[in-house]
Amino acid sequence: MELKDKLLSSFVAFEENVNMNSDIHEIRNRAIKDFEAMGFPTKKQEAWKYTSLNKVLKHDYTVFPKKEDTIDYRDVEKYFIDEIDTYKIVFIDGIYSSHLSSTTHEKIDACLMSSAMNSSKYKPVIDNYFNKIAPKDSLDSLNTAFSHEGAYINIPKNTMADKPIQILNFSTGNEAALLVQPRNLVVVGENSHVQIVERHQSLTDHPVLTNSVTEIFADTRAIVDYYKIQNDNHSASLIDNTFIEQHGESFCSVHTFSFGGNLTRNNLNFYQKGERIDSTLKGVTVIEGKQHVDHNTLVHHTEPNCESHQDYKGVFGESSTGVFNGKIVVEKKAQKTNAFQSNNNILLDDKATINSKPQLEIFADDVKCSHGCTIGQLDEDALFYLRSRGIPLKEARALLMYAFTNNVLESVKIPELKKRINKIIAEKLGVSVGFSL
Amino acid sequence: MLKIKNLHAKVEGLKILKGINLEINAGEVHAIMGPNGSGKSTLSAVIAGKEEYEVTRGEITMEDEDLLELDAEERAHKGVFLSFQYPVEIPGVTVTNFMRTVINANRKAKGMENMPAKELLQKIREKSELLDIDRKFLSRSLNEGFSGGEKKRNEIFQMAMLEPKLAILDETDSGLDIDALKIVAKGVNKLKRPDNATLVITHYQRLLDHIIPDFVHVMLDGKIVKSGGKELAYELEEKGYDWIKEEVSAQ
Repeated sequence: MELKDKLLSSFVAFEENVNMNSDIHEIRNRAIKDFEAMGFPTKKQEAWKYTSLNKVLKHDYTVFPKKEDTIDYRDVEKYFIDEIDTYKIVFIDGIYSSHLSSTTHEKIDACLMSSAMNSSKYKPVIDNYFNKIAPKDSLDSLNTAFSHEGAYINIPKNTMADKPIQILNFSTGNEAALLVQPRNLVVVGENSHVQIVERHQSLTDHPVLTNSVTEIFADTRAIVDYYKIQNDNHSASLIDNTFIEQHGESFCSVHTFSFGGNLTRNNLNFYQKGERIDSTLKGVTVIEGKQHVDHNTLVHHTEPNCESHQDYKGVFGESSTGVFNGKIVVEKKAQKTNAFQSNNNILLDDKATINSKPQLEIFADDVKCSHGCTIGQLDEDALFYLRSRGIPLKEARALLMYAFTNNVLESVKIPELKKRINKIIAEKLGVSVGFSL
Repeated sequence: MLKIKNLHAKVEGLKILKGINLEINAGEVHAIMGPNGSGKSTLSAVIAGKEEYEVTRGEITMEDEDLLELDAEERAHKGVFLSFQYPVEIPGVTVTNFMRTVINANRKAKGMENMPAKELLQKIREKSELLDIDRKFLSRSLNEGFSGGEKKRNEIFQMAMLEPKLAILDETDSGLDIDALKIVAKGVNKLKRPDNATLVITHYQRLLDHIIPDFVHVMLDGKIVKSGGKELAYELEEKGYDWIKEEVSAQ
């Protein structure tokens, strides 16, 4: 049976098993119908021209994980950023793990989507924000149809979250092939501030497909810093759909660090709904083997005096492939928009590929928009400089790659996270460069 | 120490060096002067081991070992140092961390353990004082946003840290004001020892007022056409290169 048919028939059994209020029941039913009509995206669609899901979809995924919670903290400790105090929302095979988590309802809510969906206390928030920002394309519709678990984060107005929030999704490999669909909702009120770190981690070599949807709503003058660590096993694939709605004078940044996994697709959409908004999208990709990472971004400018900054860096080794597809739309009303986009890539091997495609649709006449894309090798003069100081070729290359990706890391506001990312990059490059990055 | 015999080299198919002969002994300071495009910088890059430069004939030996057989990093380990005309910027790596990487890479090549942090910091302090380098400068990203003078001073600082046997200064005076030039020259002179040698490559005589050469060589069209003592530099400053060109074509 094709995966699509299997999912359609699983839907009935799934719906019988979850508690739901009637509104969400209706949203799920509409979503499965939308998915049925659209099916999985194919390379014929412009936005999927360079990324084929065929191989990933041929596994016989189940959406029903065994309800066992078998992970010991010591086995997964290294995936947590535990040098600092954080709230933790942890899922194992898509099921909430209370013993690994540390949630809160004081001042802010950092808890579970399943309880928020089923509690009358949270109903107004769910009614106002759930599935309101998602564009209702095929993959986010599929997620909506099966949505019942994920992180629920609500920061009321004039509140600064007292610590960062980590969202961790582990998969155990108890199933031969598992499809997990986390659904996160982040609502940040007026003048409020939150930092979130998200990670997906498979603990075995069994194929896992994650089709995640995160909706983020940033109210007036809110500040949201969201960091994604994508450093999964080579048998794990991730489709990350993140949709952000920003209101006046809010500041949102999303950093995506892609180092692992089999196939990774990031659909990252920013919708600006006010004036003087700042949106920042940054990414570092360092991959090798046959890995594939696709960044598909959209920034939609609708009001005057807003800014967006996109800076994606990629280092591609062996026969890995990368895609950057960055779309900027500036509506007629959005005068005085400053929209910048840059995508710089280094190909380390002849077989490595990057497809980089900026798409600018500008309907306003008084705007500053720029985009730049470079694809190259490591600078020979720079390599010679380092080698002439006695640094061997391999270390010299690593140092230059580190320097190349460094400016993206500069804007990471959690120092321990920055250190962690630096460590992962150093490990990826396989060398020690004589000091701790 | 360094012997160059009948050296020919090509860059992107173009013949640049056309038979260089040069011998530098320990304790000596040599200067190579010449107009733009005469091949001075190519010669320094070839000695340091830049791979894009193809040596077609001739030999370079250092302490009787064939340098042309060695990679750039191996030449550095043997004690060759090139102060670059255009040093490269390395964002995100501080001067101190870069020095640590460089020092330990050279020690590792000699089978030595990493330099203890305390000793390294002591050495950095000592050498940066020699070149009037502000401590703040050491925690900046290597060469990033440095002025021309700061870049050159940083090159000589690296030289002081590495204590090479053969230091090649490629147009170290370009982009320097007179005060910076004096500091750089003072640094170079202090590093001079009976067992090391310096090769200064320059357009102008003014650097040679401060780093006094034992020998001056004039390079024209890929060859050393005239050699002499330090007075040759003054003669060139006064009369330019045309008289030498005429002298060469008359032969």
